[in-house]
Amino acid sequence: MTMADTFQLELVSPERLLLARPVEMATLPAAEGEMGVLPGHSPMIVALRGGVITVRENGAETERLFVFGGFAEVTPERVTVLADEATPVARLSRAEAEGRVAEAEAALAGLAEATPEQRDLAMQRLLSAQAMVAAAQAA
Amino acid sequence: MANLKELRGRINSVKSTRKITQAMKMVAAAKLRRAQAQAEAARPYAERMERMLASLGRAVAGAPDAPRMLVGTGREDVHLLVVVTGDRGLAGAFNSNVGRFARNHIRMLEGQGRTVKLLTVGRKGTTYLRRDFGGRLVGEISYLGRKTIGFDAAEEIALRITGMLERGEFDVCSLIYNRWKNVITQTPTEQRLIPAPMPEGELAAEAATSPAGAPALYSYEPTEEEILSALLPRNLAIQIYRAQLESVAGFYGSQMNAMDNATRNAGEMINRLTLNYNRTRQANITSELIEIISGAEAL
Repeated sequence: MTMADTFQLELVSPERLLLARPVEMATLPAAEGEMGVLPGHSPMIVALRGGVITVRENGAETERLFVFGGFAEVTPERVTVLADEATPVARLSRAEAEGRVAEAEAALAGLAEATPEQRDLAMQRLLSAQAMVAAAQAA
Repeated sequence: MANLKELRGRINSVKSTRKITQAMKMVAAAKLRRAQAQAEAARPYAERMERMLASLGRAVAGAPDAPRMLVGTGREDVHLLVVVTGDRGLAGAFNSNVGRFARNHIRMLEGQGRTVKLLTVGRKGTTYLRRDFGGRLVGEISYLGRKTIGFDAAEEIALRITGMLERGEFDVCSLIYNRWKNVITQTPTEQRLIPAPMPEGELAAEAATSPAGAPALYSYEPTEEEILSALLPRNLAIQIYRAQLESVAGFYGSQMNAMDNATRNAGEMINRLTLNYNRTRQANITSELIEIISGAEAL
């Protein structure tokens, strides 16, 4: 069986379409661990946590985008990422990321009597914000 | 007949009104373009979200512990209506159309013995509905002074609705807003939010089958319930966001039209007043001449 060497990658945030073109490989920050996607991947729907999406084209890494959580739909010929928020890593601001960590920490601290689901959600936001700081630092 | 000075004053005042309406029309046209671009940019996300929901909905449908946002409470007693209008006036019938539609809808629901709660988005709708239904208002939101409506604004509303749902404050939630058709026409529409309507027809069919025609069986990570329970609030926010953007674009379209009409009416009025002014002026001259001539003849 011959396999196409590219698949269509689409990255959308609620406010706009950020990327839509054929790529060779993409790494997604799936909720249960990094996930590399090559053409012909079996169909999946995954939740994403805060992290960096990397894109490979023509044998080289061409894009690095930070997403603040979201979802991805994977089919053999297409990957659609619905990002809550997406920013190219080069344009991340460390100060802003740290501000969000502080915000998330405060939110979590204020949830002492909340349901476990709410605490989970707040914890996820904190982890995403921390990933944002890490990504900003690396850039 | 009105005296000349008074007429001159009126002509000048209508002329300055025309200047204002013309400027407002131009501003509305520019803002309309921006609003349309924003609505355009938001479309891809909403479309892909719908596709994903279609495939998830089928996977979870029928499960006994399906999320409440998807299946509702099983009752239809308390309706929460989210009414989206503009924050400003001077846009023709834009706001009152939504208002009237909402009012009829409320009357209809109450006629069937249901309880109605109102959440108004936009200052104009609040003032319109407060008069008759002030007691049913549970919240009001206004973006007066904000330049553009971002997704965060829609998220805030969605969060509020989710909170109310969790506390069991309503059974059914719908959105009432002006759906964008084109620059001239916006139709007031009711859209069901909770229980979430599942996309049907083409989209579901597309999601159901891969291009090869074989059904695409997705695997889910984490479980479909978990994904769905994260996706549904997001979808709620997206639906609200879309309605808000359409409403904003419609508002400026409507305002542009209203101001165009006002400018034209002002022009007509100026012509009429100018004609009147010239006639009066000539009548005055003629009567003066007659006075002079008859005075001369009397000598």
